[in-house]
Amino acid sequence: MSDLMLASTRKGLFSVGRSGPGRWEVAGRSFLGDNVTLALADPRDGSWYAALDHGHFGVKLHRSGDRGATWTEIATPAYPEPPAGHEERDALGRLIPWTLVRIWALEPGLATQPGVLWAGTLPGGLFRSEDFGASWTLMRGLWDHPDRRAWLGGGADVPGIHSICVDPRDGDRVTVAVSSGGAWRTEDGGATWTCCSRGMRAEYLPPEKALDPVLQDPHRVVQCPAWPEVFWAQHHNGVFRSVDDCASWHEITSALPSVFGFAVAVHPADPLTAWFVPADKDERRIPLEGKVVVGRTRDGGRSFEVLREGLPQADAYDLVYRHALAVDGQGTRLAFGSTTGSLWVSEDGGDHWLTVAEHLPPVYAVCFVR
Amino acid sequence: MPKVIFTANLQRHVSCPPCVVPGRTVGEALENAFVAVPRLRGYVLDEHGRLRHHMVVFLDGQACSDRRGLGEAVGEAGEIVVMQALSGG
Repeated sequence: MSDLMLASTRKGLFSVGRSGPGRWEVAGRSFLGDNVTLALADPRDGSWYAALDHGHFGVKLHRSGDRGATWTEIATPAYPEPPAGHEERDALGRLIPWTLVRIWALEPGLATQPGVLWAGTLPGGLFRSEDFGASWTLMRGLWDHPDRRAWLGGGADVPGIHSICVDPRDGDRVTVAVSSGGAWRTEDGGATWTCCSRGMRAEYLPPEKALDPVLQDPHRVVQCPAWPEVFWAQHHNGVFRSVDDCASWHEITSALPSVFGFAVAVHPADPLTAWFVPADKDERRIPLEGKVVVGRTRDGGRSFEVLREGLPQADAYDLVYRHALAVDGQGTRLAFGSTTGSLWVSEDGGDHWLTVAEHLPPVYAVCFVR
Repeated sequence: MPKVIFTANLQRHVSCPPCVVPGRTVGEALENAFVAVPRLRGYVLDEHGRLRHHMVVFLDGQACSDRRGLGEAVGEAGEIVVMQALSGG
């Protein structure tokens, strides 16, 4: 089980460690005052990566080989110059820049692919590194795919890739998810791509467009490591699951206490078990009735439990972003952080929760160090 | 030769003391300033060499408007100041 996690926040990166039974505390602080949008703890070599957004000074990427004691700035993904005279606009006529706006997903390749990293970005480019982030290559097969022009921003002005699932059976099989642009699959290491979100439903679109796979807004997609043909998605208007390797998705309408949210985590060994941190519907985006809860299914979505032991149950307005819920490698420990700076951890699969912090900066992402 | 001065806020991230460098245009002078600290380039310019959206460059007290080419001519005693384009807050 993991005794250490990383919390990426609006004002720094915090390592949080288990100091005893039921006791977790902030153990390390990096980039204090800076906007850390995402972190990756690479299980292959123990390296940590931190994506920063300096605003005026742009997006940066740093790597640490000593668990955050020191950091070295590495290359950031860079978009190519668009063709001469090319001005790109989305389906609604809004300008899509060919420049890096944010790193929104960061995942390692397999253990058999040392040095391989994947980065999903806004405005929709997927990048691959073969050298631990010293250089990055835009996956032109996806960027140049004609259907990409149908993608729209979801919660941001431009589209973004937020989920990257590297198939544990084959590192060249990668599934990504886009807000808003559905899910996409490559079988050849990123050269060619096929949309794979058939079955998702977008109730915010006109009826004739609601089932268009390219227009879906999966907020987060995760793949079960031990049963890699099973995927879970927290979608903008519902929960979806695929049991056939994304050939099709089916909607799960029984999620409790609501079907809206951003985050989902799947049990690493049990494809029937998944956790969600739901919120009131799209228009409000706060916990229902001011109560922070976690939804859990252990039967593939047929039924859900609402877990609240140890979580605030009055006047709590914490929202949990898509990368801010994490499960460890055993499926026992979970953690999630909120926009109002709270961080909770469970050591028993979500039955009970411990408050780790209540005054962190807004939490964007949480991951366990494995 | 022109003098290039960077905002103190950049010093948190990259060492960039004032420097005197050759350059007939603002762009040339900046590129020469980046030679000593290559990492600095990405903090001032985007991946296409354009001035970052929220950055501004003053030449002898006047804001430069050529954000893509930074082609304003610089005199021998020109002073280039690279700053954040603050807009409130």
